[in-house]
Amino acid sequence: MYTSLTNRRSFIKKMAALSAMTAAASMFPGILFADEQEKGLPKGNISWKKAPCRFCGVGCGVLVGTENGKAVAVKGDPKSPVNKGLCCVKGYHSIMALYGKDRLTKPLVKKNGQYVETSMKEALDLIASKMKETIKDHGKDAVSIYGSGQWTIPDGYAASKLFKGCIGTNNVEANARLCMATAVTGFLTSFGLDEPMGCYEDIDYADVFFLWGNNMAEMHPVLFSRLLDQRLKRGVKIIDFATRTTRTSMAADRSILFEPQTDLAVANAICYEIIQNGWVNTSFVEKHCNFSKGLTNMGYGLEDNYSFKDKPEKIDFKAYKKFLEAYTPEKVEKISGVSAKDIKYMARLYGDPNKKVMTLWCMGLNQHSRGTWANNLVYNIHLLTGKISTPGNSPFSLTGQPSACGTVREVGTLTHKLPHGVVTNKKHREFAAKIWDVPVENISSKPTYHTVEMFRALDRGDIRFMWIQVTNPMVTMPKLKRYRDGAKKEGRFIVVSDIYPTPTTDIADVILPSAMWIEREGMYGNSERRTQYFEQMVEPPGEAMSDTWQIIEVAKRLGFEKQFYYQPETHIEEIYTEYRRHHDNKKHNMAPLEVLKSQPGAMWPYVDGKSTKWRFNATYDPACSNGENFHFYGKPDGKAVIWQRPYEPAAEEPDKEYPYWLCTGRVVEHWHTGSMTRRIPVLHKAMPNGYVELHPNDAKRLQIKTGDSVKLTTRRGEITLPAAINQRGVPAPMQVFVPFFDEHMLINDITLDSFCPISKEPDYKKCAVKVEKA
Amino acid sequence: MPIKSYLVYPHEGRKSELIRALSQIIECDVMPAQNEELLILVTETDNKDEEELLKEKLEAIESLKLLSMVSGFNTPQNS
Repeated sequence: MYTSLTNRRSFIKKMAALSAMTAAASMFPGILFADEQEKGLPKGNISWKKAPCRFCGVGCGVLVGTENGKAVAVKGDPKSPVNKGLCCVKGYHSIMALYGKDRLTKPLVKKNGQYVETSMKEALDLIASKMKETIKDHGKDAVSIYGSGQWTIPDGYAASKLFKGCIGTNNVEANARLCMATAVTGFLTSFGLDEPMGCYEDIDYADVFFLWGNNMAEMHPVLFSRLLDQRLKRGVKIIDFATRTTRTSMAADRSILFEPQTDLAVANAICYEIIQNGWVNTSFVEKHCNFSKGLTNMGYGLEDNYSFKDKPEKIDFKAYKKFLEAYTPEKVEKISGVSAKDIKYMARLYGDPNKKVMTLWCMGLNQHSRGTWANNLVYNIHLLTGKISTPGNSPFSLTGQPSACGTVREVGTLTHKLPHGVVTNKKHREFAAKIWDVPVENISSKPTYHTVEMFRALDRGDIRFMWIQVTNPMVTMPKLKRYRDGAKKEGRFIVVSDIYPTPTTDIADVILPSAMWIEREGMYGNSERRTQYFEQMVEPPGEAMSDTWQIIEVAKRLGFEKQFYYQPETHIEEIYTEYRRHHDNKKHNMAPLEVLKSQPGAMWPYVDGKSTKWRFNATYDPACSNGENFHFYGKPDGKAVIWQRPYEPAAEEPDKEYPYWLCTGRVVEHWHTGSMTRRIPVLHKAMPNGYVELHPNDAKRLQIKTGDSVKLTTRRGEITLPAAINQRGVPAPMQVFVPFFDEHMLINDITLDSFCPISKEPDYKKCAVKVEKA
Repeated sequence: MPIKSYLVYPHEGRKSELIRALSQIIECDVMPAQNEELLILVTETDNKDEEELLKEKLEAIESLKLLSMVSGFNTPQNS
């Protein structure tokens, strides 16, 4: 299409202005350029309705403007306590993701190597018949569904009910295994219940913020702006503790870098210092904590059918104190590269009884081959000092997807989970079977495959049918080539439900066009246990259908009409009402739908008409029943666990042949694999392709300048990318960083599929790589 | 034809004066924040020489405290 020079310049100027506004919004939360923003909004008879943002796990409230059946504008919802009217650059452009020119609008079926358009009825008939055939020929554990933290709550619920309750296989997984599984096992091992005890309001009370391996300025910009706002108002301190210098480091009061994987040792050193200096909150620890240790040298899950089960063993404070003697700041300085002085500085901030401390983390701590341990160690710091479950004292695991918490963790779309409890527990199976109206024998007591193992099973042929909804594993799986080749093998049948063509639709036998976000009705659950409802605001294109209704249609074809009784007009309400029955107790009660419709979400446990802001604290949480100030009721004895967890190296560390660390991650402009944001022109132009960041000294030695081609080689393969020196981020010497959003530069072809043995979450942050000028 | 955007900070109490000064420069578009002491400035020049001249003009404005270029489009790919 021809674009005049004048139009082009005008476009670039608008983009420049928009960039500046976004930067200003990051630095001055709530800043208004009302005249400009009003100028940008289309005129006319626009109807505004509330929704949670489609992108990250912060769960900002947005108001979507529609006119003549089309979404035409977005603004932050000033009534939302999450973002208070602010949006990030992705949120402001979110509706543009609905209207990419290559939206999938018709089902496509692969015939003789070509995709052929078909009707939705024929496509759904084919899927159901293939599932029946696969179950008959290979057994029910040969069919599987792989969803995501972008599944709405009803999507995940329908999937779990169909596969676990009706078909009788635990082959249900979701991509949150790749990002949040470690947070889950961290919570479960330390507290017995998943998800943060605090909420975003902690930001308004904390005096010190530790961002642990968490580039919040890019990944959670709206929340980060709330931190900056508190610094302006109250002079709070922000400490960036990471392996790479990022925009977050630049905005922080202190940036402290550590060698990859060694945060385990540093966390133990902080605990050592807290004990040595008498900063332990003794009465809190005595009343509310136990000490335990688990197995060590667990391996890294690199081999097929790897299994591990921890064997917790109670220890006492004396034994724990003795264990920490190996982690004096001086000893840890040698392992971690963090000076003993800096370790003592961090310990002092945590230990100061007059300072409220919030620790925030996301993928840096979770995508870690000892991630569950790392999560435990952060909780140890907060438990030892008693800085937990009170306003401003909060270890807080952030999420990356809009409903990783609401759907994957709360509905339980992981192989071992049920909406309430786990498949291995007979009572939990009986409880779910009753609500699902299925014989309890239907629900298998044995978990099958976690995500990496599920794709290995597909490669081996143990799984023959896989239905992938609203996720893009052919960009995100580590050691991707193996899983791409496996998915393409003869005798596999892959269904992919999505809104755009992706590398994952490329492996599909059937592609179903999905309705996106406000083209259907649903709910998401964000990082702070907030469930938010959105209504359908516009029609989906062509034959696109919600993922929920796709599953219901297939379930009916498989003979489960009784369980999938839902009506087209009312199915979301019916499903949510049924789902709430699984959590009908003071520890997890969900707000009624009419409440979610009337306000920008509610936090569970929702008891007596109120959200619970701080769990386990008797002042705020009605589920506390031990007569004390705190009650960690997830554990049978009501006590949280302080874990003895050692430092162990990563699965693959730099050596002579592969001398650099490779770390992967995200950028502010793109959401995950970029399948939506790369179709938004402003965002795509701002960050059009992948790159590799090098430290300037390494670049100088290798004679590499920004823009030069760089070849990265690991034991899995090689890839060539343009170099970025002193640009967005700066890795430490002998480390490189590559974002994963660019499907034309698939960095995961060369990453390693090692994972945390407890959570089974892969470590995308660490493997060994060779770096050469191409 | 460089097009750049900046965050512009005025000296205390001199925001209106700064808006007036910037508005008089033909290469400048100014967008003041309503509720903060901050302006957004978008500049458009035809070549590097003009860019240098503009820089000098901006530096001469007394009410201007700090000019901070926004790096949003200054990505590795574009450099």
